[in-house]
Order: sequence, then C-alpha cells, then structure tokens
Amino acid sequence: MSRSARGDRVLPTYRDACNHGWVPVYRDEGVVLRTTPLAEADRIVTVLTRRTGRVRAVAKGVRRTSSRFGARLEPGTYVDLQLHEGRSLDTVTQADILSPYGAVIAGDYSRHTASAVMLETAERLTGEERQPAMRLFLLLVGGLRTLAQSERAPGLVLDAFLLRALAVSGYAMALQACARCGAQGHHQAFSVSAGGVVCPQCRPHGAASMSLAAVRLLSDLLTGDWAAADASEVRTRREAGGCVAAYLQWHLEYGLRALPHLERV
Amino acid sequence: MYEGIVQDLIDELGRLPGIGPKSAQRIAFHLLSADPADVRRLAATLNEIKDKVRFCRLCFNVAQAELCRICSDQRRDPEQICVVEESKDVIAIERTREFRGRYHVLGGAINPIGGIGPDDLHIRELIARLADGTVTELILATDPNTEGEVTASYLARQIAPMGVKVTRLASGLPMGGDLEWADEVTLGRAFEGRRVVA
Repeated sequence: MSRSARGDRVLPTYRDACNHGWVPVYRDEGVVLRTTPLAEADRIVTVLTRRTGRVRAVAKGVRRTSSRFGARLEPGTYVDLQLHEGRSLDTVTQADILSPYGAVIAGDYSRHTASAVMLETAERLTGEERQPAMRLFLLLVGGLRTLAQSERAPGLVLDAFLLRALAVSGYAMALQACARCGAQGHHQAFSVSAGGVVCPQCRPHGAASMSLAAVRLLSDLLTGDWAAADASEVRTRREAGGCVAAYLQWHLEYGLRALPHLERV
Repeated sequence: MYEGIVQDLIDELGRLPGIGPKSAQRIAFHLLSADPADVRRLAATLNEIKDKVRFCRLCFNVAQAELCRICSDQRRDPEQICVVEESKDVIAIERTREFRGRYHVLGGAINPIGGIGPDDLHIRELIARLADGTVTELILATDPNTEGEVTASYLARQIAPMGVKVTRLASGLPMGGDLEWADEVTLGRAFEGRRVVA
C-alpha cells in the first residue's frame, strides 16, 4: 500500500501490485458509458464505477455472437465487473448485469437520445480517470432507472440529471437568488456566464429573458419537486431545456455530440 | 527512419485501420521481398477499386455499375427488403441462402454519442423506396446491440404509418453455448421469441 504526500493511505497501483507479487484484480460496479471497437472482435468500454471513478477497459471478443459477455457491456448497462488492472487499459475478466437500463431504453428513440446525453455528460464531467465520483455515479444510476421506468417525460428526467450532475461537480445553477449580488427572488434574466438568474441591476449584456414558469421549473427539477415539474407546460419545458443545454456546454467547454440528436417530445 | 520510398510505403500502410507501425513495417518488407507480379496485381487492384467500385443507386450496397448485382437480378423478390447496417452484412445474410428479397444498406447505425443521427444514414432513401407500394415486408437486420436496436426502433416508428409489415430478426441464444452463461437480456429475448415445437 502506498501513501500520498499527506501520508493518507491510497489504493495500490499496478506498479505496487507487480512489485509485491499481488494479482492486480479488482471488483466494482458501474455503468457502461461508451464502447469503442478495437481490433477484430474486441471493444474498449468506458465505465463510470462506484468506487474507482471512470475507467477504460478492454473487453476481449465481445463483438463475437458467441462472446461470454453477450449484452452485458452495452452502453447504459449497470454491471458488476471484475477487472484486471493494466498499465494503460484494464481488462474485463467477468461481468454480470445488475440492471439492463440501456437495453430497455433502446426500445424508445426519444428516451435513448436522452440517455445518450446523460452518458456523455457523465463521461465529460469526470475529467480524470480513476478519480472516484460517487455522487455522480448515483445520480446517473437514478436517472437511467427513471428513464427506463417510462413514468416521466424523458426531457424532464434529462434536465433534472444535468442540473444535479452540474451541482455535484461544482457548477450549481443559481435559481433562487441573483448569481452576482445574491439578491433573493426568482429573477427573469438568465446569464450562462454569470452562473444562473441575474437581477435587473446585475444583468450583463447577452443575458436572455426567461419566463417565471421556466425559472420555477428549473428550481423544481433541481430540488426534486416532481409533482410541480410534471404539471409544467411543453413550452416551458423547451425553454428550460434550452437554458440547461447552454449552461452545460458553457461549463464543459465542449459541444456534446449527442445533444443535437436529442428528441424532446 | 528508412530512406525515401520505403518509409513512404510504411507511413501509408500505417494509416490503414488496425495496422500499427510494426505491422506496417512487416507488410512493407513482405512486399519488397514478394514476387513483382504479385505486387503489381495488388497495385492494379488498388487502382481499380477507386475507379470502378461505387454504391448502388437503390440499395447503397457496393457495386460496379449503377445497380448492384442483387438489385439488377429480376429473380429477386421485390416485395421484401432486408435493412442492414453495412455491405458486409449483406454478404453474411447471402451466405445463409435463406433470403431471396432485396436489401437496403443504411451505412451505419444511429449512435448519438458518436454524433450519428438518422439524417446521417440512408433512411430517407429507404422511405422513398417504400412509397410506390411494391414492398410488403421490411426486415430489420441491424446488429443486435444498443445502436442496432435503437435504429430498428426508430425505423419501426417511422415506417409503421405507411402500412408496410415491419419485422425484426430474431435474437436469442447462440448455437454451441451453455444456458448458464447467457446474460439476462439475451435469455429474456430468447423467451420472448420462443416457438412452438409440438
């Protein structure tokens, strides 16, 4: 076991394991974020795990119809994994499905596009590999579960996930008070660069006007008031969704590839 | 670094998918030591492929004329169209000798995270093929993975109002496997698609 500069115990690394003769195998549960083809029949799977954070691992032979992994490593699947730690990429040695959210969601195009934005956001918000992101992981599992249950509008589930994921990553949107001066109230101007709603005195150039209903909807989604959010109008949802998308991409400093394909119903 | 043209060959080979620097070097030296006639034949084929091979006007399969071999074959059933992701899937289905209809190659599958949406595939052309009422059945043979399932569900939603029968290839347990190793999704699909044997 190695120690950090502060003297805290940290998880053993691949080098530690090799130096001490341990088998560098670990087990974790996670959500498959993305798969990339590798060589003839392999894939690199990117997984957001509960304890280890985002990891990339090789799944050997997974593209063969006779693969022992079958549908276990498809995007959006919540899996229990055993991984063999490698120098740059780990290797998946065992996988068991905990919940096949991706396969359930794939039957509905609009839900699938919402889940694709959630998975890509989770990948982008975990900047470095192997940095634990437990709260983001729990949010992602909850978001996928809600999408798979088909009880709520996919656009609302997505926006609630994005607002909360940004909040746990340190980019909480200011909705109850002016993002600049802190004056309380549901202000009706929205500035992405200021970090949320702004009062008339602080309103910068380029701030967008926003309806009170849209501000309230964003606030309901952030706090989890689903009764109020479900009762919102389609026009309000569109307005709120546009603000969330702009806010998300500003803070990620990246245009999400899945976002232009999102189907809001 | 090798001299001039040898290094150029290694660099060009290294740009091919799945070929790393070491493999490129190995292939380059194999070509250098190979029979000159074999190398000239390879070069001639590479030249021809860009000049002669194109995509079928109807189904977007690879072809050497305006229409591919299957679309120009009058014996093929025009009432059935099998929708596949890539040209190589046409070959896989043709090997079964079970299907006598025609094909439509989408050119990929819907993958929002990869930036591929319905407008990036040959879906509009597929819907245009169905407009004259000749086709009675559309068989969705996209890959049995998430992207393939999403593409199939999107196509089913778009085509259902046109009154064409839309079917999906069965999925389930592969031959030669053990039931205990089957994952829940595959086993669930196998149960959904079970058939009466007696």
